[in-house]
Amino acid sequence: MDSASPGEPILTELLLENVSVGALTEVSLVVPAGQIVCLSGPSGSGKSRLLRAVADLEPHDGGIYLGGTRQQDMPAHQWRSRVVMVPADSQWWFDEVGGHFPEDDGSRLPSALGFPAEVMGWSVSRLSSGERQRLALWRALSLEPEALLLDEPTANLDGSSTEALETWLLEEIRRRHIATLWVAHDPGQIHRVAEAHYRIHGTRLEPVHGGD
Amino acid sequence: MEVIDLAWWKLGLAALLILALAGTGYLARLGITRSLLIAGTRTVIQLALIGLVLEALFASSELYWIALLAVIMLMVAGREVVARQGRRLHGWWAFGIGTGAMFVSSFTVTVLALTVVIGPTPWYAPQYAIPLLGMMLGNTMTGVSLALDRLNESAWRQRAVIENRLMLGQTWQQALEDIRRDAMRSGMMPSINAMAAAGIVSLPGMMTGQILAGSPPAVAVKYQILVMLIITVGTGFGALIAVAWGGRRLFDDRERLRLDRLVSS
Repeated sequence: MDSASPGEPILTELLLENVSVGALTEVSLVVPAGQIVCLSGPSGSGKSRLLRAVADLEPHDGGIYLGGTRQQDMPAHQWRSRVVMVPADSQWWFDEVGGHFPEDDGSRLPSALGFPAEVMGWSVSRLSSGERQRLALWRALSLEPEALLLDEPTANLDGSSTEALETWLLEEIRRRHIATLWVAHDPGQIHRVAEAHYRIHGTRLEPVHGGD
Repeated sequence: MEVIDLAWWKLGLAALLILALAGTGYLARLGITRSLLIAGTRTVIQLALIGLVLEALFASSELYWIALLAVIMLMVAGREVVARQGRRLHGWWAFGIGTGAMFVSSFTVTVLALTVVIGPTPWYAPQYAIPLLGMMLGNTMTGVSLALDRLNESAWRQRAVIENRLMLGQTWQQALEDIRRDAMRSGMMPSINAMAAAGIVSLPGMMTGQILAGSPPAVAVKYQILVMLIITVGTGFGALIAVAWGGRRLFDDRERLRLDRLVSS
């Protein structure tokens, strides 16, 4: 992939410099465009909070940059439409699925997600938690973000659909050159998807080697 | 038509009826006796005192005395707005936003009604200004406190939804849209219902009082229409301002939802 060739999107990387939020301090890492960096750590260690800081939903110290532009140098909602976070428990506020998506999105729904086009007319209350999770990922991707923050995106899925979703997500992330920060528990999953892996030890983030 | 003045001992007869109700409540162990007696006593004392104040005020007709009374009424209403919210902004924000919203809406609408519509000389003649402002403040207070209470409570309950909407790049106004609409509806409903039922289900208190005091019903009705319309306008703008300011304060300059700014009372 050559960022200089015409027609190619500009590759934007996500950079964290000495970020501290909650108990975590001095978090520095780079997420290159189109790559996945996994975060793991015991529950309550502040993984989600770190993602929230990157999305600028939580007050924090240090510098966060997207393609060289500082977080504070653009309006917060603009930052969040370029650096989109998908929480572990996605929320739905309209009665119908379609209300949460742009008009024509039903026809563009990828078949890998396993939904018929009519899903846009379904009522949200009939969706299972796994279905909500998959649609939430598609909702985030349809905003065409430059960076994605995924908080345990496969938490509500069983083994086979987890792998199907991983494959689809990997493909989308590579194709759209999205810098992705991915919170995961399962070492197998981390091994499958991550280019780099960091673990939270106490108040620090430490790189894990050999995780590929 | 002459107004029949009520002698104090005749009011005593009405008070005896309250005592009878209290006695019955006590015997039947309904648990209302104590609060009934306290509230009854408060009504008599508070209204008797305000009667004295108004007598003095009508006699002097000085603008600064009227302004002083208006400010005291506003402060008490502001305190009441704070007390009626289950969750409110910490520090002086709850008082400031409530009082500010009521000040802007009720004072503007009252002054407008006095100068343009009714037109007494001077425009601040206490006989018109004080009752009008009192009714405006009373109703605006209800609207503002209902709207703020709903706003804060819904934001508290729907934290996850608001934050998920923010995560998808929505502005704070978009993320709060549904909640703001709910809060406005909640603040405006009493006024809208009162307008819808006026004259058919209920004879409004002000009109009834005016007719009892000897005004021709046609005049009383015109005043009542004026009062209901401006009350609704005042309540509506008051709730609008309170929801706009209160909603803004729930977010910081990076459009983060800051529920840590709410305290529960």
